[in-house]
Amino acid sequence: MTTTLSVNGQMRQVDSDPAKPLLWVLREDLNLLGTKFGCGMALCGACTVHIDGKATRSCVTPVSAAVGKKITTIEAVAATPAGKKVSEAWTALDVPQCGYCQAGQIMTATALLTDKPKPTDGEIDAAMTGNICRCATYVRIRAAIRQAAGLNEGTAA
Amino acid sequence: MNAPLLDRRAILKASLVGGAALVFDAKVALAATPGAKATTLNAHIRINPDNSFVIGAQNPEIGQGIKTMLPMLIAEELDIDWAQVQIEQTIANEKVYNGQFAGGSFATPTHFLPMRRIGAAARQMLVKAAAAKWSVPEDSLTTGSGKVIHAASKRSATYASLAVDAAKVPVPDLAKVPLKTPAQYKIIGKSKIGVDTPAIVAGKPLYGIDVVQPGMVYAAVEACPAYGGTVGSFDADGVKKLPGVIAVVPINTSYDPKIGNDAIAIVATSWWVANEARKALKPVWNDAEARQYSTAGFASAAAAQIDKAPQGDLVKKGDAEKALAGAAKTVTAKYDYPFLAHATLEPQNCTALFQDGKIEFWAPTQNPAPGRALVAQMLGIPAEAITIHMTRIGGGFGRRLSNDYMAIVAQIAKGVPGKPVKMIFTRTDDLRHDVFRPAGWHSFTAGLDAQGRLVGLKDHFVTFGEGGKPGTGAGMSGEFPAALIGDVHYGVSYLKSNVPTGYLRAPTSNAMSFVFQSFLDEVALAADLDLAEFLRRTMGEGRFIEPVKGVTGEFDTRRARAVIDKVCAMAGWKGREGGNGKGRGFAFYYSHRGYFAEVVDVTVNSGGAVHVDKVWVAGDVGNQIINPINALHQVQGAVIDGIGQATAGQKIEIVNGSGNRTNFHDYPLPRITAAPAEIVVEFVPSDNPPTGLGEPALPPVIPAIANAIFAATGKRIRSLPIVPAQLV
Repeated sequence: MTTTLSVNGQMRQVDSDPAKPLLWVLREDLNLLGTKFGCGMALCGACTVHIDGKATRSCVTPVSAAVGKKITTIEAVAATPAGKKVSEAWTALDVPQCGYCQAGQIMTATALLTDKPKPTDGEIDAAMTGNICRCATYVRIRAAIRQAAGLNEGTAA
Repeated sequence: MNAPLLDRRAILKASLVGGAALVFDAKVALAATPGAKATTLNAHIRINPDNSFVIGAQNPEIGQGIKTMLPMLIAEELDIDWAQVQIEQTIANEKVYNGQFAGGSFATPTHFLPMRRIGAAARQMLVKAAAAKWSVPEDSLTTGSGKVIHAASKRSATYASLAVDAAKVPVPDLAKVPLKTPAQYKIIGKSKIGVDTPAIVAGKPLYGIDVVQPGMVYAAVEACPAYGGTVGSFDADGVKKLPGVIAVVPINTSYDPKIGNDAIAIVATSWWVANEARKALKPVWNDAEARQYSTAGFASAAAAQIDKAPQGDLVKKGDAEKALAGAAKTVTAKYDYPFLAHATLEPQNCTALFQDGKIEFWAPTQNPAPGRALVAQMLGIPAEAITIHMTRIGGGFGRRLSNDYMAIVAQIAKGVPGKPVKMIFTRTDDLRHDVFRPAGWHSFTAGLDAQGRLVGLKDHFVTFGEGGKPGTGAGMSGEFPAALIGDVHYGVSYLKSNVPTGYLRAPTSNAMSFVFQSFLDEVALAADLDLAEFLRRTMGEGRFIEPVKGVTGEFDTRRARAVIDKVCAMAGWKGREGGNGKGRGFAFYYSHRGYFAEVVDVTVNSGGAVHVDKVWVAGDVGNQIINPINALHQVQGAVIDGIGQATAGQKIEIVNGSGNRTNFHDYPLPRITAAPAEIVVEFVPSDNPPTGLGEPALPPVIPAIANAIFAATGKRIRSLPIVPAQLV
């Protein structure tokens, strides 16, 4: 069936089973390949997108649940104020190793800073704990979030 | 995907001599005219008309930073600015590119000189072209920022303007081409962020799983869960009638090509459709024999074997039995560790197009050459009929040294000729159909003399293998400290298994470091010493110990001592320290040509949960850190990877012949909360050529944690993973 989605500020039509996860609609039907498949069970965070600004696991979100909402993916997150700061910090600190998880990390970090512009170290860890990085870039993920937030030194948890 | 650097109109032919050095054969006629198009100077360098440079990154990028680092070496000696460089992944072609794999931390030692020579040879050809053009001596010319400069006449020429003439210059002898001295380096030793970092941050499609080809279809694979089981029956008609399903293709996963088909692939218009269709497949497997294997069975077989005489000897020097009988004190202990999965975050996948007897791959492979050979064998086609484009790889860790995903998609593609097909494992497929780090069991006895010196050491290692040979990744070499003492006996016994095994980052070392460095901490305690001091005394005077073929590898006690002393100074190590749930541990390990000593501080809470608070690392990987920012990142990542192996609960159990973990809830990876607040890293340079960093920082952290837990709680960890039940 034909479904209309708002993705990165554009209205996009897809012909899809309503049960198909948003992840696979983005990747297969809309050619937005930045959002990654890692686990399929909302356990790793690689598929994180924003739905109405909220960090959401697209691998367990049926496309039907995203209709009428604003979807933002990694491809457009740098157009948001927090997303721009996060993306710049991620590049400056060379956060990625293999890089596969980083779209999800950036989406979660952007949602955190949109919600809490000056998070504590404890709040950073709590927000990011759903996103696995197999290369373990966590030291730099923390540092990049602090840099994006303008927090040069860690704050008390 | 980018066009290969070696296109058919390449003006210089590259070929391999002696399997090591690249030479350039200038007999191939020029095809380009000056300024009209890019000039391909050799298989790694293309000069654009605007005097920018495309450098071919020839090795697979798995997150180790090689796609940035190898081009740094070429750019350095070509004497161009890093800002002038664009990097392209080359095609896989083992006839042109030597050592095109990501494994064993080999790339740095293999390529440090050859890549520099390629850049230096190209520079020399450009200089010769300028000398001829201006009729001046070569030694009156200098280079910099992609220009040849004649200071005396204030003339300069861009490399681009000289490229066509340079391509006619006979290729110099690579072994003799002059190289820069370290004082002349402008790129080597200066931090460069990953070449793909901006594209990763922007969400660009870079990985195997992101490949899109015109008319592409998708495949999911249902493989027999029990390793060695084969396809009995399945409901092909029930699957084929589902909307979107294109084909059902029985295949062999390549773990054992002799057994026939052990998996069924479903091809559909969408991967999600293909994967959902597996529910209708109703497979019946011939797996009665395979289902007999289990972790419980292996453990009881190992327990029955380990107190008997070993089936064979790995190291036997002097007379360990006699030395132990005469020792003032002996220490005995048994250790074990589990099967582990690689759990790359990008699940195994591969894309291929089979057409007219030829096959083209877009493959996230760490090791394309054996992949080509495997596919040639599985499809019965010549190696020349196989083209392999290498994609960026979402984590390797050794998993993608095995090319099963290439063999799998090759058979699927052959079943739907003319259609590019992308095969993707689910997370459960990926955790179940891995080549696992093998489990193992050790029984140690060490002897100390009255002065607390190590005088004898015995280990009975029970592992997996058949016919007196270990399975893949299941062997052991002459582990430290075998080379340092006179009376040693490492024996081995093999258990039969159906479980596919393979290489996990720092293979064998990730397990051996734990058992040997933890046991040596026990021995040190019996000698009233801390492990760092016990190792210093056991190593004795500073010297290079020659390898003994088939027994022990080379070892330099000076390099070992330097990193041990360094990390102790960094951490303020004062010997055994700990209690009340806080403790400090030390370990040292030499692997993959790197010497690493590490100290960790841990907290063990009342529930038995372990947290690593801080880690200090001192490492010696030679005289030159090529890309310092990436070197630091590799060490940080390796340390947290080791923390995960030790404390996250990672363990694959075999039940009914199959791995029983299904996703990250039952096979946990370390999360940000497991990361120490700080990982302090210092490199200790030594007068040795640079070596790799993907692996050697990992092994010591595991025993350092176990030793810190002992300091904190008095409880000795002799089995991995470390779980709260061991500590309450």
